[in-house]
Amino acid sequence: MAGTVQESPTEPDPGGPGGSVVTTDDGGSTGRVGDRVFAGLSVGSAVLIVIVLAGVAIFLLEQGLPALGNSGESAYGKDNIWAYVGPLLFGTLLAALIAMIIATPLAIGVALVISHYAPRRIATAFGWLIDLLAAIPSVVYGLWGINFLALNLVPVYNWMGDNLGWLPFFEGPVPNSGRTMMTGGIVLAVMALPIITAICREIFAQTPKMHQEAALALGATRWEMIRMTVFPYARSGMFSAVLLGLGRALGETMAIALVLPPSVLVSLNLITAEGASSTIAANIANNFGNASGSKVDTLIFSGLVLFVITFAVNFLGRAIAARGQVKG
Amino acid sequence: MTDLTTTPSTSDALPLQAPSLPRYGTIFAIVFAIAVGALVSMVIGAGSVAALVIAWLALVVALPLWSLAVEGGRKAVDRVATLLIWSTFGLAMIPLVSLIYTVVSKGSGILSGQFFNNSMRNVLGEGGGIYHAIFGTLIVTALAAAISVPIGILTAIYLVEYGKGKKLARVITFLVDVMTGIPSIVAGLFAYALFVLIFGPGVRLGIGGSVALSVLMIPIVVRSSEEMLKLVPDELREASYALGVPKWRTIVKVVVPTAIAGIVTGVTLAIARVAGETAPLLIIAGFTTDTNLNPFSDRMTTLPVYIFQSIASPPGLYRQEYEDYAWGAALTLVTIVMLLNVLARVIGAVFAPKSGR
Repeated sequence: MAGTVQESPTEPDPGGPGGSVVTTDDGGSTGRVGDRVFAGLSVGSAVLIVIVLAGVAIFLLEQGLPALGNSGESAYGKDNIWAYVGPLLFGTLLAALIAMIIATPLAIGVALVISHYAPRRIATAFGWLIDLLAAIPSVVYGLWGINFLALNLVPVYNWMGDNLGWLPFFEGPVPNSGRTMMTGGIVLAVMALPIITAICREIFAQTPKMHQEAALALGATRWEMIRMTVFPYARSGMFSAVLLGLGRALGETMAIALVLPPSVLVSLNLITAEGASSTIAANIANNFGNASGSKVDTLIFSGLVLFVITFAVNFLGRAIAARGQVKG
Repeated sequence: MTDLTTTPSTSDALPLQAPSLPRYGTIFAIVFAIAVGALVSMVIGAGSVAALVIAWLALVVALPLWSLAVEGGRKAVDRVATLLIWSTFGLAMIPLVSLIYTVVSKGSGILSGQFFNNSMRNVLGEGGGIYHAIFGTLIVTALAAAISVPIGILTAIYLVEYGKGKKLARVITFLVDVMTGIPSIVAGLFAYALFVLIFGPGVRLGIGGSVALSVLMIPIVVRSSEEMLKLVPDELREASYALGVPKWRTIVKVVVPTAIAGIVTGVTLAIARVAGETAPLLIIAGFTTDTNLNPFSDRMTTLPVYIFQSIASPPGLYRQEYEDYAWGAALTLVTIVMLLNVLARVIGAVFAPKSGR
C-alpha cells in the first residue's frame, strides 16, 4: 500500500513556469495515449476559440472590405460608403451614450443596495431580480419598448418639448408613437443595467472590511463610509463595468430595430421620430433580409465597423479590470 | 464641585448622545410624503403616477430637512444618499414589473392548443400559430449547445488543468472575455460570411444559426465552467494522482464530476441566453411561415425572429392579429427562458458539492 502511494507521484517536478501549483504536470504523464489524446483535445478546443475569433475578424474583412468602394445604389443612394455608415455610427454612439448616462448612476445605486444597504437575505433575492432583467430576450424588450414604454413616454416628451424646447435635444415635434431616440436609449439603459450592476456589486462586496469598519469607527455615516472606502477601492472596477455595459449597448440590435424608425441621418434631436438616426446593428437587422449583391457587402462592412468599436471598448474594459485585479 | 451624580442636569456638560430622529421617523416621513402626494394630485387632478412622483419629491425634501434641523448636516446628507440609493432600486424594478405584466396580460389571451399546434403556413389573419417557431428554436438551440458545450468545457479544462501560468492560457482567458462582448449581430454576419464561402450568396440555413449562436455561447460556457473547475480542491486531484490514476482519468472521473452541478448550471444559463437571441438568426437562419425540421436545408424560423417579423412586417390588413401572435410568442419565449433560469438555480442549489468547511 505505502509503496504505491509513494511511487506514483511522478509529477513533483514543479510544473512549468509559475511553479507554485503542485498539481500541474504539463501533460507530461510519460507517454500514456489517453493522456496525450485528452490534452490534445483540450488544447485543440482552446486554440479553436482563438481561430474562431480570428475567423470573425477575417471573414468580416473579406466580405466587408470590397464595399469600401461602394457608392450610389450599392451604398443605399449615398455618395460613398462613409456617408452611409457615418450617420449610423453616430446613431449607435448617441443611443449608447444616452443609455450610459441613464444606466450608470442607476446601476451603481442598485449595486450599493445589494452589497451594502439591503439585509443579506433580501439582498440575494434582489440580486436574482436584477439577473432576471438580464435574462429577458432583447426582442421582448423591443416589443415592450414599442408597445408600452414609448406610448407612456409621450406625455413626458411633450412636457420636455414645451419646457426644454430651447435645447436642441428636445426640439420635437413629438410623435404620437413615442418611437424616438430617447426611448431607444432608455430601453438600452434597462438592458445594460444588469451587466454594470453585476460587476459593480461584486467589486463593492470585495472592499476590505477593515477599511469600512475603520471609517465607521471614526464616526463616519454610512454614505461617508461608502464615499471614503468603497468608491476609491472600486474605481477602476466601476469604470470597466461601465465600459462593458457600453459594449452591450453599442451592439444591441433588436430593441433599437423595433423602437427606432429606420432612417440614416445625423440628428441631435432626441424626442422626434423623423429626425432620429438609427444604429448600425438595427440597420443591418432591418435591411439584411432584402439586401442582395453589393448591398450585402455594404451592410457587412458596417458590421465590421461595429465589431471594431465594440472590440476596442471591451478590450479596454477588460484590460482595466485585469489591471485593477493585480493591484487589488 | 464634584457633582458626579448631577451631571445630566447641568446644561454645559457634553451630551453622550447626539440628537437623532425618533425611531420610526423614516416611516413617519414616508406616510407623510404619501399623504402629500395624494393630496396634491387630488387638488390639481393628476394621475396616480404624478401622485407617486410628488410623494417621492416630498420625501426627498422633507426627511433631510427634518434631519438637518434635528441631527445636523452630515446625517442629513446620509439620509439623502440612502433615499436616492433605494430609489434607484425601485426605479430599476419598474421595467421588470411592467414588462412582465405587459407580456402576461397581452400574451395570455391568445394561448391555446391551436396556437401551439399550427404553423403560419397559408395563414393570413386568424388561425396561425407558433408550432414551426417552437421547433425552430428547439433545433437551432440544441445544435448550438451540441457545438458549444464540448468545446467550452474542454477549453475550461485546458485553462484550469493544463494551462496554468502558460502564456497561451492567459491569451485565451482574455480573448474569451472579449468574446463575451461580441455583438450578436456580428456573430450572425460571421456565420453568414462563413456559409457564403461554402454555399454561395444568399444562403439561409438553420445550422448557420447554430454556428452563430455558438460564437455567443462558447465564451459563456467557458467562463462558468472555468469558475467551477477552479473550485475543485487540489487535494482531490493529488489523492487521485497518488493512487496512480493518469491525469486524464483524474479529470474525467474526479475533477469534472465534482464540478458537474456548477457546469450544468452554467450551460443551462447559456442556453437560456442564446434561446432568446434574435439578430444572428434573422441574418443566417432567415424567416419562413412553414415548419422546417431539417437544419441543413432551407430557412428556419425561431421564436424571437417570429416575434420580430410579426411586429416589423405584418401583412397590412392583419396588423392586430399579428401583434397578438407576437405577444403570445413573447409570453412563450419569456416562460421558456425563465424556466431555464429557475432550473439552473435549482440544479446549482441542490447538487452543489458540500463544501468541506
